[in-house]
Amino acid sequence: MGFTKTAKGAGVVVVSIEGQLIVGNRQELKALIQESLDHGDRKFLIDCTRTGYIDSSGLGALVSIAKKVREATGELRLAGLNNDLRSLFELTKLDTLFPISPTPDQALQGF
Amino acid sequence: MASALCLCVRRSLPAEPSSRVFLSLDMPSDVGLVEEAVELLNRHCFAGRTPPPSARTQFRLRVALAEALANAIQFGNQSDPAKRVRIIAELISDEIRLGVSDQGVGFDPSRVPEPTSPESLEGECGRGLFLIRHLVDRLEFNDQGNTIWMTLPRS
Repeated sequence: MGFTKTAKGAGVVVVSIEGQLIVGNRQELKALIQESLDHGDRKFLIDCTRTGYIDSSGLGALVSIAKKVREATGELRLAGLNNDLRSLFELTKLDTLFPISPTPDQALQGF
Repeated sequence: MASALCLCVRRSLPAEPSSRVFLSLDMPSDVGLVEEAVELLNRHCFAGRTPPPSARTQFRLRVALAEALANAIQFGNQSDPAKRVRIIAELISDEIRLGVSDQGVGFDPSRVPEPTSPESLEGECGRGLFLIRHLVDRLEFNDQGNTIWMTLPRS
């Protein structure tokens, strides 16, 4: 379980959530994105292809991260959510707050 | 490192009319242990099931239990390391009844605001109970509001 950060072309930072994004590790993700923002990065893709489940603390962390990225005039996209993960975003209406693409490649094309 | 979690399993007597399994787990108020507790309970709740439960069924249990534990630790016990969280699972044929209790003063679930209203949408907190309501088949609380009972499918 953890987060992997890789830099893609066009200045996009891809953060892959491997395992869970929950109450126990959400601060780690927030710190990782903040570090990138401080470093000058402005385009972020959160890849959920290898994500197990997300709890409300994890969803809240993503909301907080999206706000920070937007305040820095940056852009954050999500991709690779399976049907179960997607249903959490739809239930909480957070699918209206984040641009969500089916695959990371499709998301990268959107930047 | 040895785990801080210890799960107790008790089976009903074969002579009893319906076979039941009871699981109990007592854990410290540490959010760092939530994932381990969820995986332990998930494994034992579905042990020996053929065919194995769907990914969706396990997802519902994992998220609902993670939410209930996070609420019990953070809001119920206020992350007080001296206070404990107790999980009880009753496995009855095709159903799982999960109870999560904390040592806090309790809360009134009817007073928790709706998190999907436009003014709440960008809030960082407040979605936990809402998610639980949508993931479980039945939701109950004790009178004090410090025990939540969630009924979920076992297949």
